Amino acid sequence: MASPAPATPAPTPLKVNLEFSGGMELLFNNTKNYTIEIPATTSEHTPTLLRHLIFWIRDNLLKEKPELFISADTVRPGILVLINDTDWELEGELEYQIQNNDTVVFISTLHGG
Amino acid sequence: MSAQSDVERLAAENAALQTRIQALTKENSRLKAPQTSPPLPDPSPLTAFTQVESLNNPEIARYSRQLLLPEVGVQGQLSLRNASVLVVGAGGLGSPCILYLAAMGVGKIGVIDHDTVEISNLQRQVIHSESRAGLSKARSARLAVHELNSDCHCIAYDLVFDYTVALSVAAEYDVVVDATDNVPTRYLVNDTCVLLGKPLVSASALKLDGQLTVYNYAGGPCYRCLFPVPPPPETVTNCSDGGVLGVVPGILGTLQALEVVKILTGVKAKEAPTLLLFSAFSSPTFRSIKIRGKQAHCAVCGTQPTITELQDYVAFCGSQPTDGPVHLNLLPAGDRITCADYHTLRQTGQPHLLVDVREPVQYDICRLPGSLHVPWRDFAQRVPDILAAREAVSHQPIYIICRLGNDSQEAVLHLRERGVVDAKDIVGGLLEWHQSVDPTFPAY
Ligand SMILES: [Zn+2]
Repeated sequence: MASPAPATPAPTPLKVNLEFSGGMELLFNNTKNYTIEIPATTSEHTPTLLRHLIFWIRDNLLKEKPELFISADTVRPGILVLINDTDWELEGELEYQIQNNDTVVFISTLHGG
Repeated sequence: MSAQSDVERLAAENAALQTRIQALTKENSRLKAPQTSPPLPDPSPLTAFTQVESLNNPEIARYSRQLLLPEVGVQGQLSLRNASVLVVGAGGLGSPCILYLAAMGVGKIGVIDHDTVEISNLQRQVIHSESRAGLSKARSARLAVHELNSDCHCIAYDLVFDYTVALSVAAEYDVVVDATDNVPTRYLVNDTCVLLGKPLVSASALKLDGQLTVYNYAGGPCYRCLFPVPPPPETVTNCSDGGVLGVVPGILGTLQALEVVKILTGVKAKEAPTLLLFSAFSSPTFRSIKIRGKQAHCAVCGTQPTITELQDYVAFCGSQPTDGPVHLNLLPAGDRITCADYHTLRQTGQPHLLVDVREPVQYDICRLPGSLHVPWRDFAQRVPDILAAREAVSHQPIYIICRLGNDSQEAVLHLRERGVVDAKDIVGGLLEWHQSVDPTFPAY
């Protein structure tokens, strides 16, 4: 006799390494590196994308001044996002699907000289 | 005449006098300079720069260490000898870049900078010297190049690199080096290079970090491809506020000279576009990041560019083309007190609470006696401490001071929002205190 289908188990959370540099760390308690766990799927059961990670960071790590991190539903101008040492533009930007053990870097561009 | 218009008239008069003082101070240091400096050379060399077919014997002897490298060889050295490079900015990045380009045998180097050498530059701007304080940085750099390699055809432009001169100056060179220190000039240099089709070697440095990229070269992106929109001005920190370790721009400027060599010898064209990140106290110290190529929708280098001539970069970026201090005006005059008036108040012993909102590293350098230290970054959480300290001086007014008089105004606004109405900021901060009240108080 076939056993009843088990309820779908909650997917294992994704471990993500975050890094803030070029002055971004000042927004995050002057800490450059964080290792976080984020659900692998959203409340709508879709995969967690970089756009969800950005809002997760705003809601969970950012203490104040969200406008210095996010503007118009993406990172503010002057921040470059790197996914595993590659420009996020080459990885689909906000639509990139987060993988376990990804390293995501938020780096503020420097202008001094 | 109303009190309001009186105040406005006095403010205008004050501004005019300040400008006059600045002009006279500059003139004074210019007049002082020649006593210790060698005589000024003509800014443009007497002979025209000419390219050659082959290296002569003195050149072969001088550059033998490079000629021995198969990656350079005679052809590579000849490419350097016949090349011209414009370095925009003779500061922390430009200093080593210009020196190494001259040392390695680049035939023609243009240096454009409108600033004058100050002693506080010398911690990182190693092309200049104490004896050339007060001299134009472009001319000082040219003197250094001439001492190092008198064969180098070096042209000093004692000018602001702005949209009126950018195209005509840069058109004379094969490669442009962005060694500037501010956002509007970085967009200007980029657009100039795209419009002229010149490779751009760009670097920046702040505190302990640096970044390096070659733009507009071999299918790679331009600065706007990566950063189509300038950052909000309040998110930009310059070296005079944030500080910079002297050797950090030195490393980045040296790497810029290397990138120039790679472009001139042709090896750079084979590399995929990268952004090099440097972080002096992190591990690893260097990281190379693969970046996007030229963007089809880029406003200046894309397939249908909307920028076809240079524009107003100060308006575009909302910030000035300088890394000097910014003086905000956030409060009405009635909510502020001048250093002179605050000095009188201290001398007459009027009870008050002085709050210093600078960063701890700055508070360690110098402070006025009797101040309560509450860094602006912790200010919101520590308002109760301030109110408690103020009760100790029987509810007397609060005066807030910082380095330049900007954060102090923000702090007064913050207290207003929290219902504290009798706080004032001290106009111009401790730098102004040094200038108008106590010259023995350290300036930094
Ligand atoms: Zn572009």
